Amino acid sequence: MTDPALVTGPTLVTGPTGRTGPAGAQDLDVDAVSVELAGTRLVHEVSLAAAAGQVIGLVGPNGSGKSTLLRCVYRVLKPAGGAVRLDGADLHALTARESARRVAALTQEHSAEFDFTVAEVVAMGRLPHRRGFGAPAEGDRERCAEALRKVRAGHLAERGFLSLSGGEKQRVLFARALVQEPRLLVLDEPTNHLDIAHQLEVLALAREAGPTVLTALHDLNLAAGHCDLLYVLREGRIVASGPPGEVLRPALLAEVFGVRATPVRHPGTGAVQLLFDRLDRPDRLDRSADA
Amino acid sequence: MNRAPANRAAGPPVSRIPALPLAAGLAAALLLSLVCGVAFGSSELGLPRVLRLLGAGLTGGRLEAGEAAGYAIVWEIRLPRTVLAAVVGAGLAATGVAVQALVRNALADPFVLGISSGAAVGANAVLLFGAFASLGVWAVSVSAFGSALVAMALVYLAARTAYGLTPLRLVLTGTALSYGFSAGTTLMVFAADRGEAARDAMMWLLGSLGGATWGSVPIAAATVLAGLAYLACAAGRLDALAMGDETSASLGVDPDRLRRELFVVTAAVTGTVVAVSGAIGFVGLLVPHLVRMLVGAGHRRVLLVAPLAGALLLVWVDIASRTLLAPAELPVGVFTAVLGVPVFLLMMRRRGHAFGGNR
Repeated sequence: MTDPALVTGPTLVTGPTGRTGPAGAQDLDVDAVSVELAGTRLVHEVSLAAAAGQVIGLVGPNGSGKSTLLRCVYRVLKPAGGAVRLDGADLHALTARESARRVAALTQEHSAEFDFTVAEVVAMGRLPHRRGFGAPAEGDRERCAEALRKVRAGHLAERGFLSLSGGEKQRVLFARALVQEPRLLVLDEPTNHLDIAHQLEVLALAREAGPTVLTALHDLNLAAGHCDLLYVLREGRIVASGPPGEVLRPALLAEVFGVRATPVRHPGTGAVQLLFDRLDRPDRLDRSADA
Repeated sequence: MNRAPANRAAGPPVSRIPALPLAAGLAAALLLSLVCGVAFGSSELGLPRVLRLLGAGLTGGRLEAGEAAGYAIVWEIRLPRTVLAAVVGAGLAATGVAVQALVRNALADPFVLGISSGAAVGANAVLLFGAFASLGVWAVSVSAFGSALVAMALVYLAARTAYGLTPLRLVLTGTALSYGFSAGTTLMVFAADRGEAARDAMMWLLGSLGGATWGSVPIAAATVLAGLAYLACAAGRLDALAMGDETSASLGVDPDRLRRELFVVTAAVTGTVVAVSGAIGFVGLLVPHLVRMLVGAGHRRVLLVAPLAGALLLVWVDIASRTLLAPAELPVGVFTAVLGVPVFLLMMRRRGHAFGGNR
């Protein structure tokens, strides 16, 4: 199923920021993880690794298993095989609370039933850190206010969350993830439904935030411009990995995404960007189911 | 999800009442109302005399022989009834909050899980056919609680999937089984060859505190207090659950486990409350809503205020039900609806509460 020619070997990585990630400083270690849902294996022995502070992009067509893999990392799903380790500790061997102190997630889920204020939504990020009866701890309020300022949403604190625009909501949820003080930030399509300015803003926040970031992205150019390392998923398997410039080659784009594209260098940043020419193999579309 | 243009200014800051002073005010009002509940009734005792009789009971003072009847009315009839009204009101309001978070739907109430209709089957089996006659005065309560537990087990088993209890399945299963239980009750009403059968059944279905004795207060109060204590500890986790399963899991709260716990707590409290007072509607739906409009959606504050508000509401509703057409008594459910609906509509209009994100 997998074209061996597409798989690149383990590499010493240099991303857009010049951060290098040798195996020694490994922080996130997804080790041969398989995920099953209702008896169907959706993710097959996926391995990926990240050094502390790196931004790792997960790209692939719809239904390739990106979200499923991420949900396994932030513990909605249990792996059917393999392990997710963060700084050496198996996340699924920890309690839900312990794991939530290390991993925060920005999901695609938006509940619209209860109108919490922005301050309340952000304060939920302190939940895994609370003790005993779950009363807010000393300093929680300042932490939350600071996180809101960091995402330039300090003025929204007393607004109803449901009254915010999509970009504002995403910033507030980002602040919630920040007050969780995670080592790893998992982002599932964080740029969905946002205009271009907000897309760039969210990815800039992810870069500034500090923790290691694992993000699924649909937009290959955003992924190329903002990630240190890309992993390409197809049908639940990693088919390529490495720095964006090495991974996003025409042959792979045709094989995995079914499009003809021309990689060019961004004249300013030098990052690889893609010019999409046309659909290469329309029959590709029949094989991918929407996730 | 993102229908609004990105540059649109966010709505105005939400105006809210601080929860602690509000709770203190409600607690004071509740104490006063308990006295009123004892003072008002079909036989006129007068406030000074009621206070004297209450004081005598508390301090163990002496009474003249002529006071015996009044003492019995105050201590054996009105006080247990009023206290039970407060307990039931607090229990219904708190379980309303819990169920709304459990099924993530602000339109749910404690009865949506089919527990009350299940309890009605047991209660009416006793009322109409004299089942469990050996249990004496306890027969209705025991039978109602027992069938509430059976109903709960049925709903749980029918709604359970490989992925745990999902909100939509719970609501659908509860609603479907409710219809089944109600059909059973209706069938019994028609099968019973007593003229008063329909009236008795109706009274129970709409709720009444007329059967209150000191015997039924301790169990109900203990169950409701235990339920309140659990919910107070779970307030932060309820916030997370209300945001969605994925969010909840990413915040370290296992949504399935929390839902199972909430289901058991809700069923136990609702079953107990329904067993002693019948199915009093509207409190579990209305009070959580009103309280959210006043103090916001955060469960710590909602769970502080809602039980007090529910208790206050039911004490006054009970007073109305036994004084308005005295000596005849009206079902409590009639008044919860008559009082609740206009208040609810008024507050909804005034505060511009967001339902499902649409203002």
